[in-house]
Amino acid sequence: MSVPEQLRYSEEHEWVAGLDPAGQVPEDGIVTVGITAHAAEALGEIVYLELHSNEGDAVEAGEPCGEVESTKSVSDLYAPVSGEITAINSAVVDEPKVINDDPYGEGWIFKVRISGEPGDLLDATDYNKLVEEG
Amino acid sequence: MSAEPTASSAKKTPLHDVHQDLGANLVDFAGYLMPLRYASETAEHQAVRTGAGLFDLSHMGEIFLDGPGAGAALDHALVGNLSPMAVGKARYTMICDPDGGVLDDLIVYRLAEATWMVVANAANAATVREALVERAAGFDAAVSDRSDDYALIALQGPRSQAILEGFTAAPLAGLKYYAILAAKVAGVDALVARTGYTGEDGFELFVDSADAVALWRELAEVEGVVPAGLSARDTLRLEAGMPLYGNELTAETSPFEAGLGRVVKLDKPADFVGKAALAAQAQTPVGRRLVGLVARGRRAPRKGYQVVTSDGTPCGVVTSGAPSPTLGRPIAMAYLDGGAGESGLAVDVRGRPEPVDVVDLPFYKRS
Repeated sequence: MSVPEQLRYSEEHEWVAGLDPAGQVPEDGIVTVGITAHAAEALGEIVYLELHSNEGDAVEAGEPCGEVESTKSVSDLYAPVSGEITAINSAVVDEPKVINDDPYGEGWIFKVRISGEPGDLLDATDYNKLVEEG
Repeated sequence: MSAEPTASSAKKTPLHDVHQDLGANLVDFAGYLMPLRYASETAEHQAVRTGAGLFDLSHMGEIFLDGPGAGAALDHALVGNLSPMAVGKARYTMICDPDGGVLDDLIVYRLAEATWMVVANAANAATVREALVERAAGFDAAVSDRSDDYALIALQGPRSQAILEGFTAAPLAGLKYYAILAAKVAGVDALVARTGYTGEDGFELFVDSADAVALWRELAEVEGVVPAGLSARDTLRLEAGMPLYGNELTAETSPFEAGLGRVVKLDKPADFVGKAALAAQAQTPVGRRLVGLVARGRRAPRKGYQVVTSDGTPCGVVTSGAPSPTLGRPIAMAYLDGGAGESGLAVDVRGRPEPVDVVDLPFYKRS
C-alpha cells in the first residue's frame, strides 16, 4: 500500500495534510485530517463515523476526538494535532464508506487550525516503517 | 486509530492460495489463517442475502464415527437423540460436559447406516474428538478425525440451488433443509448438505482437500457468486439469531439459558453425559436468558459490553453485536440477568449508555 509522500502521520494512523515539507504549519494554520488506507483496510468497511466535537471546538493532540466503526470493529479517532476544528466533512459523516474508497482524498474527516507547534508526527518513510513492523 | 497485526503461524486451508490471489484480508481464527473479508464485507453480506456467497469453511472439524454402535455412542456422548435419525439426515445438537456446560454445538450427519459425521467448530475440534473417543469407548464404534482430509465450501444465498444445479445431476430440489447426499459436483466427489449458518437457503460441500481449489474455481466463476469471509458470516449468523460458540455458548453456559433447551432430549432412552445436571436445570427457572437487542442510535453494542437499566445498574452482558447490514441499525444478542425487566434498557457503549429495545430472535428471517 503506498503512503503519500507529502503527508504527515500520527502513530494512531491519522494523516495530516497541509504542513510544508519541513513539517511546519502553513500561513493560515489550517491542516486537513483523515485516517490512512492502512487503518481503513484494518477496520473494514466503515459504516459509522462519530465526531465528539463540532466546528469551532478545540481538539488536543493525542486525545480521542471521535469513533470509527465497521461491522467488525470500532476504533477511536485521535486528534493528531492541537487546535480548533474549522470544518467537518459532512459527506463522510453521511457516507463513511468514502473513507475506504478514497482515504487520502474525498475521505478527509476534518480540518484544524493548529494552535502552536504541530507536534510529533511521522513522515511517510517512518510511517511506512511503523506499518510494516505491524 | 489502531490497526491489528496479522498473524503468520496459523494453519492454512487447502484454499489458501485462492484467498491470496483474491487479495483477502487473512486473519488467525482458531489457529487457521482465514479470510476475514475479500473486499467489502457489507457487499459480501448483501450478496448472500440477495444472490449467493461462497465461503471457505475448511477450518471446521469433521469427526467420523464408524461402526454398528456409532448411533448409540452418539446418543450417549451428545444431548440429542441421534440413533433414530434416517440415513441422509442431519441434526443440530450439542456436546456438554458432566455439569451441563456446553463444550460445543455441532451438526451431526448420518451418511450411512453405520457412518456418522460430526461437524465441530474449529476451536473445539480437538476437545470434541477427545470427548468422543472417551465417550465412545464402550461402544462398537471407531472415532476418527478427518478434518485435514476434508475441505468445506459453503454456497449460501437464495440463488444457491439454481447455481449448484449447473454443476450436478443430483436432485437438489428434493434435498430438504438439514439433509445430505453424496454426488458429483463439477466432476468432484462431494457430500452435499443443505445446511448453513447464514439464515439463507444454501449448501455445504464436503470434498477431498485435494479437490477444493478446482471446485471453488468452478463455483466462483458463476456470474454473481461473491466470495465471502468470516466477517460477513458473523453478521449473517447474528441477524439470523444463531449462536456462536465462544460468544453465546461456552462451557459456563447451559443450553437452557441460551434458549436451546429443545435440543436437549432428556426423554431419550439413552443415558448421556450431562443428563443429571441438565435435568436439574430443566426443572429450575432459568437464571439468565438470551435476548435480542436493537439499538436506537448508531453506536453498536459489542461483545462484553454491559447491559444497564435506566438508572445505570448492570443487568446483563452483550455476547455479540454489530451494525446490521440488513436492518441498517446496530443489533446484539445479550444475556439478561434473571430478574431484569425488558424496558428502559441501555448498553454501556464505551462509557456512554445507548438505549436498546429487546426484540424476539431472529432479527432476520428469510421470506
